[in-house]
Parts: sequence; C-alpha cells; structure tokens
Amino acid sequence: MRWLTGPSGAGKTSLLKLIYLAEHPAKGHIELLGMPVAQIPRNQASLLRRRIGVVYQDFRLLGQLNAYDNIALPMRLARRSETQIHADVIEIIKWVGLSHRQEALPFELSGGEQQRIAIARAVVGRPKLLIADEPTGNLDDDQAQRVMLLLTALNKLGTTVIVATHNHTLIQRYPAPVLRIESGRLVHDG
Amino acid sequence: MMADPNRQRRDFLGLRAALSDRLLPLLVGAMSFLAALSIAGTQATAGLAAHWQLDAASALTIQVPQPQAQDAANNGTRLAAVLGALGATPGVANPQPLSADAVNKLLSPWLGTDTSQLGLPIPAVITAHWTAPGPVDDLRAKLQTLSPGTLVDTGALWTGRVAALTASLQDCAAAILVIVALIAAAVVAVATHAGLAQRRETIVIVHELGAFDGDIAALIAQRISLLTLSGAVCGTALAVPILAWLARLATPFAASSLPTTLFGLPSELWALLPALPVIATLIGWGTAQLTVRGWLRTLP
Repeated sequence: MRWLTGPSGAGKTSLLKLIYLAEHPAKGHIELLGMPVAQIPRNQASLLRRRIGVVYQDFRLLGQLNAYDNIALPMRLARRSETQIHADVIEIIKWVGLSHRQEALPFELSGGEQQRIAIARAVVGRPKLLIADEPTGNLDDDQAQRVMLLLTALNKLGTTVIVATHNHTLIQRYPAPVLRIESGRLVHDG
Repeated sequence: MMADPNRQRRDFLGLRAALSDRLLPLLVGAMSFLAALSIAGTQATAGLAAHWQLDAASALTIQVPQPQAQDAANNGTRLAAVLGALGATPGVANPQPLSADAVNKLLSPWLGTDTSQLGLPIPAVITAHWTAPGPVDDLRAKLQTLSPGTLVDTGALWTGRVAALTASLQDCAAAILVIVALIAAAVVAVATHAGLAQRRETIVIVHELGAFDGDIAALIAQRISLLTLSGAVCGTALAVPILAWLARLATPFAASSLPTTLFGLPSELWALLPALPVIATLIGWGTAQLTVRGWLRTLP
C-alpha cells in the first residue's frame, strides 16, 4: 500500500489517470502489472483495466443503473456468470452497509452512500491494483475506518493499493510508505 | 413504476434514452420508401422495355414500289410476287398488305387525305412479323430480286433506342438507390454521433472499467440495427399501397406485358421488397460499428 499526497494541482490525479490508463503519457515509459503500457494492443489494454479497480473522487456511477447494477458492471463486462455476480455483489454491498439500498439509483443516494457504492464497484472484481482518489472524502469516521480496513485487507491479500489523499490524520492512523509529489515531480518516497 | 431490471442490465449504456425510437426510424423509413419506389420503377421500366423491344424487333414493314407493275419474272404483279414470297418464307408470320385507305391515313399528315389525286407513285405497304432468330438480309435480297426497289424495314432502330433508354433509366434507378443508401448511412452516422455525445461520460466510464471496443460498438450497433429495421419495415410496408396504386394507374401500359400477383404488383418486386429492411439493417449495423469504433479510437 502507498499513500499518494501533495498539494492541490501537484499532479496527483494526472498521475492516477496515467496509472489506470485514462491518459497516455506524452513521453516516458509506464510498466503496469508487468506489461509495457505503450506497446500493448487495445484489447490487451482493456483486459489490463479489468485488473485495476478505481475509486474516483467524483464517484462516476452510471446514473441509469441502480446500486446493485453499478457494482455488478465490472463483472458483467468481464462476462462472469450471473450466479457469481449475484453472490459477490450481495457480499460486497452488505460489507459497505448498503444492502437496503441496492435498488436505489445514484441520485437517490447521499454523497457518502454513493462513495461506498463506488468503492464496492472498484473492489468487487478483486483487482490486482486498486487506485483510490480521496476515497474517504465524503464519509464519516466510522465509514472511513471501514473503508480503510477493506483497503488494508485487500492489500494483505496481494492487491497493490494506492490512495491519494490530503488527509494527514488518515495517513498517521494507517501508516504506509508515502509518495509525495509537488509540481508534477516526486519529492518524497518512503 | 419500477424499471425492468433485466432490461436495465442489458441496456447499461442507457441507449434507449440516447437513441430514441422516433427520429431515426422515421428517416430510415422515408429512405426505404424511396428505395421501394425506385426498385419498382426499375422493374417496371425493364419489363416494359423488354416487351417493347420484343414487339419492335419482330415488326416487319415492307414497301413495294409500283405494286401493280409486272414482277421480275413476269409472273404477275410485284405485290402478288412479294406477298407470295413472304408467305413461303419460314420466319415470316402474318403478312398483311395495308389497304389503300390505311396507307392514305398513314401519309395524310404529309400528303393530305387523298393521295390518289396527287399522281404520286405511292408504294404498297405490307406488315408482317419476323419470328426467326437471325437478320432479314436473305429475305431482303430475295424480295429485291422479285421486285427491285422493295424496302424491308425492321424495328432494329427502335430496339436499339429502347435498349439505350432502358439502360439509361436503370442506371438512374441504380444511382438513386446508391444515393439513398449513402444518405441512410449518413443519417445513421449522425444519429450514432448524437447518441455517443449524449452518452459520452457513460461510455468513457465503461471503457475505463475494461469494456472492449467491440463490446461497446456491438451494443450501440444492436440498438441502431433495431431502429433501422423497424423504420425500414414500416417504410417498405407503407410503399406497398402506393405502388399498388401506381401499378393500377399504369395498367394500360403494363397489363399485357408484366405478370402480376398480389395488389397488381409483379412477383419479382414481391421477392425484392423484403430485402430492403435487411439491407437497411445491414447499413445501420455497419455504419454504427464504424462510427463507434472510430470514436472509441479517440480514447486511450
């Protein structure tokens, strides 16, 4: 697990976008999960994205899908069976404490609830790499602690977790190496 | 009312809202309607032209100058000799000399109603049908021997003109079909772009979650295909009564020449009309696939 921190505008989100393949680098070389990103064909890039879970700062839930279907989406894209999807989604939605809201559409959920659904969607496929951009920003302390327990548990199971945050209290409570960037440059690693 | 959850799962891009079932089917329906009219026009033209060509090619007109003069062998009048030769020639059917009144009527626009008072040497005219496959050169030579100066005309000139007219009309119809297909493809491309613009954020998210370009393109192409199919079926179905009405108007030209079936339309047309929705669907599917895949290439 790594914390990614730095002042606003330092380039944290840009770096995360490069890591979850939402942007191509103008120059330089990226190797992700053992694959050279610039050289892989588009279909391989899609398969690589399926191994990366992303918690977006603005959640980016699909407005026309309810909570259950939003969480199930990565598994459906990966053509998992509906039986497996149902079991995994029910388990994760219970874990984030929203079993009673699985039929709700995103606009019917509070900010905190949307964030928990976004986290559930990011982790339901058991990704090899999890990227989280301010994942506890809209959560109360209890929920934030729950999310951090999930992220550390995933990390112990072998998932690389990168969490971008401004929250130094969180960093102190869950010690892990910190990557600090300023003006697009890495100024601290460790 | 609760949305059908299965429907939601299949339509996770929200295409039902982005690609509505109104404008695109309406436009594709109009294109199919025009295509149906064009195909029917081509068929009717081809059928009539074939019939006219057959008639023109088989018509023989023989002019015998000085019909009452002695023939070359001094066996009788030239007219009798020519009629006898025509009757004895295989491939010549129904030789009939036109009466003097009929010849006068033919010439009246140029020579007035009574040509006998003009003292002009009016030739006799014989009509017949040429049923043999080859040219009439041998017949022409034979009649020349019997009655020098005898002219044998066939409909070859008109056959050529009708053939040229038919080819030209068919080229026009084919060009119209190609233009209609291109416009339909352009309409589908515009509708697809509009749908992509409306669902851009959703598609980008699904792309970042690891959807294949082919899967996204297939979902959108499936929706577009359904809309084009429904529009084309309606447009083609709507064309049938109009075509039946036009066929009825054209009955004086077509009744004797084209075999008709249901609603007075030729059976070949009934065989082609169902192909229109299929072709429209293929155009819709192919255009949507190309448009979406091209657009997705702009994403990383």
